[in-house]
Amino acid sequence: MDNLLLETYIWPAFLVAGHSLLILVALLLWLGFFMYAERKIWGAVHLRRGPNVVGPFGLLQSFSDILKYLFKEVIFPTSSNKAVFLLAPIVTLFLALSAWAVIPVAEGWAVSDINVGILYIFAISSLGVYGVIMGGWASNSKYPFLGALRSAAQMVSYEVSIGLVIITVLLCVGSLNLTDIVMAQQTVWFAIPLFPMFVIFFISALAETNRPPFDLPEAESELVAGFMTEYSSTPYVVFMIGELANIVLMCAMTTILFLGGWLPPVDVAPFNWVPGVVWFLLKMTFMCFMFSMVKAIVPRYRYDQLMRLGWKVFLPISLFWVVLTAGVIQYFGLAA
Amino acid sequence: MLANVTLLLPELVLFIGAMGLLMVGAFATTDATRVIEYGAISLLLIAAIASWLQGDTVAQLAFGGSFIVDAFSAFMKTLTYLTTAVVIIMARGFMQNENLARFEVPVLMLLAAVGMGMMISANDLIALYMGIELQSLALYVLAAIKRDSLRATEAGLKYFVLGALSSGMLLYGASLIYGFSGTTNFAGIAQAFTVENGILPLAQVVGMVFLLAGLAFKISAVPFHMWTPDVYEGAPTPMTAFFAAAPKLAGMAVFLRVVISAFPDALAAWQQIIIFISIASMVLGAFAAIGQTNIKRLMAYSSIGHMGFALVGFAAGTEDGVAAVILYMTLYGVMTLGTFACILSMRRDSGMVEQVKSLSGLSQVRPFMALCLAILMFSLAGIPPLAGFFGKLFVFHAAIDAGLYGLCILGVLSSVVGAYYYLRIVKIMYLDPPADEANDPMPRELSIVAGALAGVCLLFFVYPSPLIDLAASAGQALIDMPAPDALLTGLFEATDAR
Amino acid sequence: MTLTALAFYLFATVSVASAFMVISARNPVYSVLFLILTFFNSAGLFVLMGAEFLAMILVVVYVGAVAVLFLFVVMMLDIDFAELNEGFLQYMPIGATIGLILLLELLLIFGASTQLVSQSALPQATPEGMTNAEAIGRVLYTDYIYYFQAAGAVLLVAMIGAIVLTLVKSENPRRQSIAAQNARRREDGVELVDIEPGQGL
Repeated sequence: MDNLLLETYIWPAFLVAGHSLLILVALLLWLGFFMYAERKIWGAVHLRRGPNVVGPFGLLQSFSDILKYLFKEVIFPTSSNKAVFLLAPIVTLFLALSAWAVIPVAEGWAVSDINVGILYIFAISSLGVYGVIMGGWASNSKYPFLGALRSAAQMVSYEVSIGLVIITVLLCVGSLNLTDIVMAQQTVWFAIPLFPMFVIFFISALAETNRPPFDLPEAESELVAGFMTEYSSTPYVVFMIGELANIVLMCAMTTILFLGGWLPPVDVAPFNWVPGVVWFLLKMTFMCFMFSMVKAIVPRYRYDQLMRLGWKVFLPISLFWVVLTAGVIQYFGLAA
Repeated sequence: MLANVTLLLPELVLFIGAMGLLMVGAFATTDATRVIEYGAISLLLIAAIASWLQGDTVAQLAFGGSFIVDAFSAFMKTLTYLTTAVVIIMARGFMQNENLARFEVPVLMLLAAVGMGMMISANDLIALYMGIELQSLALYVLAAIKRDSLRATEAGLKYFVLGALSSGMLLYGASLIYGFSGTTNFAGIAQAFTVENGILPLAQVVGMVFLLAGLAFKISAVPFHMWTPDVYEGAPTPMTAFFAAAPKLAGMAVFLRVVISAFPDALAAWQQIIIFISIASMVLGAFAAIGQTNIKRLMAYSSIGHMGFALVGFAAGTEDGVAAVILYMTLYGVMTLGTFACILSMRRDSGMVEQVKSLSGLSQVRPFMALCLAILMFSLAGIPPLAGFFGKLFVFHAAIDAGLYGLCILGVLSSVVGAYYYLRIVKIMYLDPPADEANDPMPRELSIVAGALAGVCLLFFVYPSPLIDLAASAGQALIDMPAPDALLTGLFEATDAR
Repeated sequence: MTLTALAFYLFATVSVASAFMVISARNPVYSVLFLILTFFNSAGLFVLMGAEFLAMILVVVYVGAVAVLFLFVVMMLDIDFAELNEGFLQYMPIGATIGLILLLELLLIFGASTQLVSQSALPQATPEGMTNAEAIGRVLYTDYIYYFQAAGAVLLVAMIGAIVLTLVKSENPRRQSIAAQNARRREDGVELVDIEPGQGL
């Protein structure tokens, strides 16, 4: 009996906890260096050096920043709602990290390979808005509140087209399982046949993560720092890490949905010697690089333009592509 | 699949047509309201003809048994669609004058009609709920369509909140029934619940009570009538006419269908409920209307009372009773629409009037309008030989056959009380001195509608048999539903065929 | 007691408790947040039943979209909480009575009924040999096409209603024409004029 309990519950629980811890540590390290890389890329685009003081080539800059924030005093604005104020960054970080439970970084390398993986990620990423909206409301201050409202409207709008893009991919795969989605791209990455969807997904991902050119919720010229205006110290850094984790999650999603996940570009000799996880990380790095480049070179949208793009351009196009993809699959009998 | 579509044809015509008209309205560069009104009327006529043609068939099921077409549904749908078409005709002038002529109005009325058709044909709890929601949602919007008016928005909101509450009760009942029977199909429910030793399963009774409470809301029967006077008063008058006629027909049809096909064995249980609702509605309708000065409010109480009378026939639970309800509802629709055609003509230079006292001396100024209204009032009061009398005659006859003497006595008494306020209107029109400001002449379409409907009420006794026969065959179709077993077999065959 | 039963009681308790908090929380924003918690736990119950597709859709649609808009509106309302609670005590007895009656009825039904449908008679969330999503997909557009389309019609009406009741057509809207902006060339808008000093244009 004891033995059974151990084997059915306790040992798997340890295993899952170990996996999760491993992913978490790797992810946080990745985030630290991603932050550094972003600043270096912006620096390069702006013809300046970027961080270069802490550690060799400034490599440890992010970690020193995080430490600095952690040691500062937490300031609560007067008559703010303290519970929700603290809950907001935690929700953001928690959600961004929990989505990683189903991401397969290589064949079989997922904490949990569930049947509805893509829906799970979609669900989790659609919840990201709560951190922002709660933070904005709890600050009891007008700029954060306006930022939160903008963000809520923006994220809900772009979720629609992200959902439709995901549907086109699912039509091609015939499964909601992430491993199946990657394996379906063995002949060709979905970025090629579904190129317009790839573009829409990438742009929507920018909007979904409040990244430039869609960073209206934290537009400094209008809203100081948007929903983060009143945040400082640890809550602030938790918020920051959560946002970054969301961005990296979006990169991972793009990799899985369109860039063939851990699969090598071509399945021939030198390429398929490289382990899948390396390919996955390379592709993710590329997507992260794209995110940084967009921030460095594209000016900010106006809010009505943002809404127009989401509802009047992306929604019809992606709806059309859903119909077209379904039609092509049905007509040529390509259904999996 | 194709057979399914053929059975759904009237609703499909309406729904696709409504979407087409919506597109026309949204993309037309000039104001297309006129065109869309004509389009909506012709679609409703087509749908009415299409449902009429379905009347000869034996009961047929579609979509896995969730949609039923039989003589009953065909008759009620024809009636509902014609009613809606008449309301659109009546509404035109009013909406134009009040600056409410928006192309969405006829479209929403079409969609409400689709919902009503779905209710009438529902043979399944989910289909029933879908139909009710489609209808109600459109009606909520129509109630509040005059959005700058505080009263209209209040009416819309009240209708919405109480309607949502009634939907909640309906769903609560439906979930209990589903939980204990394992099916949402009416025939399946009838089969799943059987009376053992004369005792009903408690779950069935509670579920049924909630279901009936939800449906009683939709036909505004006491004690679920609270919304009616306020909504009738606040909503624009043509919309009130619509609420008083079409949804009542559909609501009563679905009430009959649910009780008879899903709870055939539970007669004793639902008879009590219906008798209570019926008495309460008749009495309240009769007494509460007496003090009303606003004619729309008065019509609200009148319609509550009439629902009570219609339910008298239903309480009998016999085939004759059901036929009497159908006949009653038909005549009620005719009388209500006629009355509202007159109410819509109550217009002065200064605008619309709604007070009963502004009808004062109408017979001297507008004799035709006064005559129509007088005939309709006599008919609503149930005075022989007008149509309303026959409606009451049949329902009471059915109830007496079923031995419900007490119900009949109370019904006749409240009918006498109710006659007071109908006749008071006639007295005001014919015996009081004319009002200071003369009533405008009746618009042509309204005088045609009012004249025709008043004529029907007046001359119904000359040749009543076609309508009575139709009601009888519709009632028979509902009562003589194929046994649940047969319907369920049909269901499985339909699934196999697909 | 298995882990599943434990999870069931956890989800069920939390969802009932948070549903209670939805109606008893003093601050409507808290109410919405508790509503979200209720949705989450209901999704958990769906997962336990093997209906993982429904669970995810519940989270995506209700938590990810509907509740966000709820929260959006509730946060913008300037609600006087004292006023809101004023009528509470007045209506509490009758509300509590109705609630109690409903509860008693439910207990009575479940206590007295011998007709509970056996588990095996009900359709399973995950039929043999296919995933939950596939099982739904097989019936949603075939057996249940009527309900599906009807739900679509209801949503269409809701959409028309929202537009009819709120859209204010302005007399002279100054709309941005993206096409016209993009079609504009430099030659259309800029004219280079050589002006002699002291002469003006």
